[in-house]
Amino acid sequence: MNWDWSYAFSLIPRILEGLTITLQATVLATVMAAFVGLVFALGKRSQNRVVRWAFYWVVEFIRRTPVLVQMYFVFFVLPRLGVTLPALVSGVLALGLHTSAYMSEVYRAGIESVPKGQWEAARALNIPPLRLWIDIVLPQALPPMIPAAGNYVMMLFKETALLSTITVLDMMGTARVIGNETYRYFEPITLVGLIYLVISLPAAMSIRFMEEKISRNKKMLR
Amino acid sequence: MTLLITAGAGVVMLVSSFAFGIAGASRIIWLKWSVRIIVEFFRGTSAYVQLFWAYFALPFYGIYVDAAVVGILVLGLNVGSFGSEVVRGAILSVPRDQIEGTVALNLSRYQAMRYVVLPQAIINMIPPMGNLAIDLLKITPLVSLITISDLTFQAQVIRQQTSETIITYGFILIVYFLLSSIIVHFVSRVDKYFARGLDIVKGNH
Repeated sequence: MNWDWSYAFSLIPRILEGLTITLQATVLATVMAAFVGLVFALGKRSQNRVVRWAFYWVVEFIRRTPVLVQMYFVFFVLPRLGVTLPALVSGVLALGLHTSAYMSEVYRAGIESVPKGQWEAARALNIPPLRLWIDIVLPQALPPMIPAAGNYVMMLFKETALLSTITVLDMMGTARVIGNETYRYFEPITLVGLIYLVISLPAAMSIRFMEEKISRNKKMLR
Repeated sequence: MTLLITAGAGVVMLVSSFAFGIAGASRIIWLKWSVRIIVEFFRGTSAYVQLFWAYFALPFYGIYVDAAVVGILVLGLNVGSFGSEVVRGAILSVPRDQIEGTVALNLSRYQAMRYVVLPQAIINMIPPMGNLAIDLLKITPLVSLITISDLTFQAQVIRQQTSETIITYGFILIVYFLLSSIIVHFVSRVDKYFARGLDIVKGNH
């Protein structure tokens, strides 16, 4: 069997429909990871030793176990506990949670990059903790985090292909359904791979560009 | 099976990391760019798509190989392409005067790489390589999707037979966690081994 162009072209609309689901899942899971990751990062910095310890091990557990198994866990176990969610939502929960664990490290690095003098000055000026975080720490910590966070979003984008294993019709899921219908997996899977490349290569390039720009700015500051 | 795939793919990953990484740091333009394209291809799509593609597309070209071989090769090359960036970065981080020194001492290219560049570069590679080893272990469940009966596959079978969902998945999560923790421990030992004497060298500066 050979590559069939007319067959491949006829598949494009359906696969692009799957792409919208893929993108939706990526955006939702990113938003979740941004929030939960911050909570994890703050938890690991807590004054309380027990809280700090608990957060550390929760994050390590999430980081050291496979996202696919986590996804199965959410998808198959939650209904047992009486929580029935659509497949897409449970998938996004698992992907978002997994990425949060990585994001917490990004936040940690960003927060630690804020010079100590800033914290001391804030204390000297008697600035309340909430304002310290919102007005002083985060505005300085966030910009250097962007490339690292961008890399994790790209990772997340590629991992959304796993959603197809829990019946979500994302790009990959659509390709698998088409394959099942026609017994021709070659064209749909190749198309999916190409679309992933077309999106992730420019994104990876712009992240690299940003990284270089930031490191150049840092050199100028010195 | 999970252990076998991880070990097999681990070897593929190490070999391809070094091969691609050294080639990527080379000055030969065509070699550098062809490696770049391969690496970007593996980095730009997800391991799952690659695995599925290899599993279904290779037979079209008349290549029939065992699913386990496909799994080991694809996962190894996938993580290896990330590893090649680590190797490349570490090689390029070796100071220029070291390389100039090898030219002055009339060392061959191979000698320079083997005795001067790599020993210095390897120290910087270990922590990120350890993370990649964990990444590798964590993507092995994907092989359960191309019919290989690894840990995750068995868990699916047990779940269907006994419908003990929570215990089954909870159990394999813990197994994966313990396996990763073993890798973490092992990597920190290796790191200490290669870093021995380094504090003395740095102290002399």
